[in-house]
Amino acid sequence: MRAVRRYLRSPAAVIGLALLALVVGVALAAPLAFPGDPLGLAGRPLQWPGANPRFPLGTDPSGRDIAAQIFHGARTSLLIGGVATAVSLGIGIGVGAAAGFYGGWMDDALMRVTEAFQTLPGFLLLLVLVAVFGSAIATVTLAIGIVSWPATARLTRAEFLTLRSREFVQSCRTLGMGNARIMLREILPNALPPVIVYAGVVMASSILLESALAFLNLSDPNIASWGNLIGAGKGVLRVQWYVSAIPGIAILLTVLAVSLVGQGLNDALNPRLEGRG
Amino acid sequence: MRVLTLAGRRLLASLPTLLIILAGLFLLLQLAPGDTVDALMAQMGGGDPAMMAQLRSFYGLDATVPVQLGRYLLRLLSFNLGYSAIYGKPVATVIAERLPATLLLMVSSLGFAFAGGVALGVVAARRINRWPDTLISTVGLIFYATPSFWLGLMGIVVFAVRLGWLPPGGLEEVGAGHAGARRALDMALHLLLPTATLSLIFLATYLRIMRAAMLEVMGQDFIRTARAKGLSETAVVVRHALRNAMLPMVTLLGLQVGNLLGGSVVVESVFALPGLGRLAYEAVVQRDLNTLLGIVFVSALLVIAANFAVDVLYARLDPRIPGER
Repeated sequence: MRAVRRYLRSPAAVIGLALLALVVGVALAAPLAFPGDPLGLAGRPLQWPGANPRFPLGTDPSGRDIAAQIFHGARTSLLIGGVATAVSLGIGIGVGAAAGFYGGWMDDALMRVTEAFQTLPGFLLLLVLVAVFGSAIATVTLAIGIVSWPATARLTRAEFLTLRSREFVQSCRTLGMGNARIMLREILPNALPPVIVYAGVVMASSILLESALAFLNLSDPNIASWGNLIGAGKGVLRVQWYVSAIPGIAILLTVLAVSLVGQGLNDALNPRLEGRG
Repeated sequence: MRVLTLAGRRLLASLPTLLIILAGLFLLLQLAPGDTVDALMAQMGGGDPAMMAQLRSFYGLDATVPVQLGRYLLRLLSFNLGYSAIYGKPVATVIAERLPATLLLMVSSLGFAFAGGVALGVVAARRINRWPDTLISTVGLIFYATPSFWLGLMGIVVFAVRLGWLPPGGLEEVGAGHAGARRALDMALHLLLPTATLSLIFLATYLRIMRAAMLEVMGQDFIRTARAKGLSETAVVVRHALRNAMLPMVTLLGLQVGNLLGGSVVVESVFALPGLGRLAYEAVVQRDLNTLLGIVFVSALLVIAANFAVDVLYARLDPRIPGER
């Protein structure tokens, strides 16, 4: 409860929460507000926002409704961001926990692989993965999770390294608990808070990665995505710049919301940092 | 000297990492449906099976996977990156042609982000929780949340289309025949928007780290001592605090090189720059396996080289880091 109060005391965190609620609301409302296919032909192409009351945000170069794509794109962004973050946390926590708990050669081997992933530019690896496995939405989501786990692994490993020699772990051993049970039931809950806070950063970067892929036409073309729309607007940028401008603002607000909430959680859960800004 | 030994040892330790990357990527690309010959055939509009088999043996694609992997790694030892079937040139040549543009973009972006991050971070830390701090931190957060390709497009709309101040893309005016200083100026103008686009997200990161580092350092005893000596506030900040607060920034410099390379893929394709990033994108689209692996190899080398440079720099900045061990 004190954490909640601390969270609500920070105006930035509250703004972030409100923005996030707005994006989630838009995503939930999408099938109600725009029941048809958001990628279907809706009207004359390239109508400016406000020019036609049927299309408050105008239409894109293929005559698709931009507002419908923004609403359905919110679903895509949140879904991809959420699932990719879960995948990334899953791999990162698994690798970090094993490396930190067992140490020795296991630690060496796993950290070498982590280092390899960190040496390789993430976006290049993402390009390779998408080129090899195709750009269906499930593949893209999985690929984004695969390129963004190393930092989580390092964080988890550091937590496990300090926790594994604590007294409560030793007493668990004396009680005869197995390694798996100690890792999952005893150490993990203590190691999680910093990792959960870091999830905000992972989610923000996942959303940005997906939009960049979609902008390059390498993401799923059959799904309404903000990045896709920005890419579609690139060709008519000189005059109809609104086609690219509108979805960009949507991405900005969503990533901003996720970052602010993550930072707010960090400040609320780590009271030691209070006053240091 | 001891610094170099230490950094050299770190460099050696990164060799296995490089090997893991290359082997992993090579095996991954084996999973891709279709190979270079298929892509070539598709471009030519089909061909007969005998010719395809001949091409496959020409490119060494008929061997087993372990043999191909072994050959690839052996070739890399002599810096032979293979032959790009799509460009009709050795991969090393293709990459060498594209590398300068990317290096130029990376160095200018990193320099801008670093300098801007340090300056804004110091200002924010000196005015903590007052309006300059709030303003700088808010702007930093917004930069951090902005997709770079969108920022680039909007930059083109404002500065190239509306105001007409800057060129919308390309590395230089084609066919203008500039030479010497005139050409350098032309290129600088062309790189202004891409640099700003690529660096803003990194500037946001540097600014946050710098602010935190300054706050940390300014609270330490030696700062109080410096003030007690009667030094002016500027001297305390510039001579005493800055150098110490710089340490985490330098670490970040090495870590960011990889991200910068990734970011250049998008930025180069927005501004039609003939760089490595765009080459990577084209290689993916054209399924040019050799070129893609070559780019990844060169990128990994760049990241390792940058980290080596950071190690050396770090030891120079902080004499407490021992060269032994």
